Amino acid sequence: MTHLPDASGHWDRFGGRYVPETVMAALYELEAEYERARSDEIFENEFIHIMNQYVGRETPLYFAERLTKKIGGAKIYLKREDLAHTGAHKINNTIGQILLARRMGKPRIIAETGAGQHGVATATACALMGLECQVYMGAVDVKRQRMNVFRMELLGTRVVPVESGSKTLKDAINEAMRDWVTNIENTFYCIGSVVGPHPYPMMVRDFQTIIGREARQQMHELENRLPDLLVACVGGGSNAMGLFYPFLQDADVKIVGVEAAGHGVHTGKHSATLCMGSVGSLHGAMSYMLQDENGQVLEAHSVSAGLDYPGVGPEHSYLKDNGRVSYVSATDEEALGAFRLLCETEGIIPALESAHAVAHAVKAAADMPADQIVLVNLSGRGDKDLEIVEGLV
Amino acid sequence: MSIRETFDRLKSGNEMALIAYLTGGFPSLEASMELIRTLSANGADIIEIGIPFSDPIADGPTIQASSQAALEKGVSLPQILEAVSRIQTDTPLVAMSYLNPLLAYGRERLLQDMKAAGFSGLIVPDLPLEEAEKGRGTESGWKTEAIKHGIDLIFLVTPTTSEDRLRRLVDATEGFVYCVSLTGITGERSDLPPHLSEFLGKVKSLTDKPAAVGFGISTPAHVRQLKTMADAVIVGSRIVKAVSEGEDLGSLIRALKAEC
Repeated sequence: MTHLPDASGHWDRFGGRYVPETVMAALYELEAEYERARSDEIFENEFIHIMNQYVGRETPLYFAERLTKKIGGAKIYLKREDLAHTGAHKINNTIGQILLARRMGKPRIIAETGAGQHGVATATACALMGLECQVYMGAVDVKRQRMNVFRMELLGTRVVPVESGSKTLKDAINEAMRDWVTNIENTFYCIGSVVGPHPYPMMVRDFQTIIGREARQQMHELENRLPDLLVACVGGGSNAMGLFYPFLQDADVKIVGVEAAGHGVHTGKHSATLCMGSVGSLHGAMSYMLQDENGQVLEAHSVSAGLDYPGVGPEHSYLKDNGRVSYVSATDEEALGAFRLLCETEGIIPALESAHAVAHAVKAAADMPADQIVLVNLSGRGDKDLEIVEGLV
Repeated sequence: MSIRETFDRLKSGNEMALIAYLTGGFPSLEASMELIRTLSANGADIIEIGIPFSDPIADGPTIQASSQAALEKGVSLPQILEAVSRIQTDTPLVAMSYLNPLLAYGRERLLQDMKAAGFSGLIVPDLPLEEAEKGRGTESGWKTEAIKHGIDLIFLVTPTTSEDRLRRLVDATEGFVYCVSLTGITGERSDLPPHLSEFLGKVKSLTDKPAAVGFGISTPAHVRQLKTMADAVIVGSRIVKAVSEGEDLGSLIRALKAEC
């Protein structure tokens, strides 16, 4: 599986570069520079240095003992990405991409953001490296995540509310793409997940695999074995790809991605793209997506703004079809239950995104023997979600 | 008449073609079909019909708004194909659609139904040459299939297209070369971009196929400036704006055509 994607950025029928001609040259330029950078020791060393000294890696692999006791099944370990600088795994990717942008001499950075976590992580990396940054954010999200808007502004980033379409993440991506098409010569588009045209899904995955590589090593040190089950939430799917990728060859490790079922997968108000969607082309890649019978993109729903996206990374689509990874879903209610559970048993306030993974993990762990191990990616912390949770109580 | 024949006829009269864009289903399905007649009667040589899409990443605010309005009225690709099949026109029709609605319709069925409805060509802004040429298993790619069904698959070239790609694209395109005048999205502009003549000159030096220039072409003065540089002008947002603001479309088209 390590040979994928192929040279044209495909995982079988998924992925590719379905973009306007104007950006094709930039994609080739990016791909070539990324190939040079990934085999360049200086680039690698700088990335690792920032990961260690600035982001605070490695993040702990924490045995959630009280949670495990409460559930009464398999041991539950949490990969603590919530402890990374800016409070989520997103920073791993933005440091990588912004280092690349600087290397390419692009003075201007653009990004899209849903909940604001990728926007904050991009703004942070740009502040760190002294680059100009502009973030597109749906007008609806600007309202519901105003603290993150303020964070980005403090970091010197300009936040542009997007008023078109559904005024959420997908529209923010559309607007960022339009900016990129217009300012292609001097602008680097820092995509926040394993989505978009090749080479983004591969490149973002590569930067995020630091999660899985650390977790594998830590599990080896702590338990001297591999976990039996990996669980991560999937919106676009970057934290999940980052955890899963280094374990894909381990046939004995079961892998599950958890999508947002919102009000329920049969209510039409969900973000369960892999569970309920069909194949199509969105934002530059062929993948599963939520669409109507005429190929119009549907609005997604989730209590967690970071999972509220009608598309998903093409590699996840591939892993679904070949059966290596199972994709399930958790409702808003189940996620909120897991959110509280983790607060009360472990003193950890998880991001609502990550709470979806926890919801499935505790369900699965309950049915597994005590000598087995479940490893959950706790992709972010929940401070950003407090107002939302408070509003629902 | 085919796209090729239209260009041959105009060339012999030393005339540029006016390619007029309208959003299918805007302001309503029936009204947009009526607009095809208006455009044709007032001098449009080729008519480009935009298929509305929820996420039009290559389009500016004017065409975005018209697409959204059409979608809100429930207009869909099957409806547009059906409505177009009922109108009689000698003016070649070209569909402009993002890839996903086409995939949902089904490629084989789409190309058949387009041909039956009277379409001559197809422009897919998010289907680059690489993906259009790529088949899968025993299935051939979009380019091969379009040729098989007699639909001209029209490719876009842009100021960022390298010379090597430019050669491949002008070779691959059918009907005409769609030259995007600038790095950007559709929408009116006050002036033509500065390096346009150079860019069009380069395209013309590589092919005998007609070069049509679009994006930002909004006024008769723009058309006049392009007279010696291109074989066709494509006017989109300016027309959609005229439609949405209830301007006299006939006189706009006549004024643009007068400079061709």
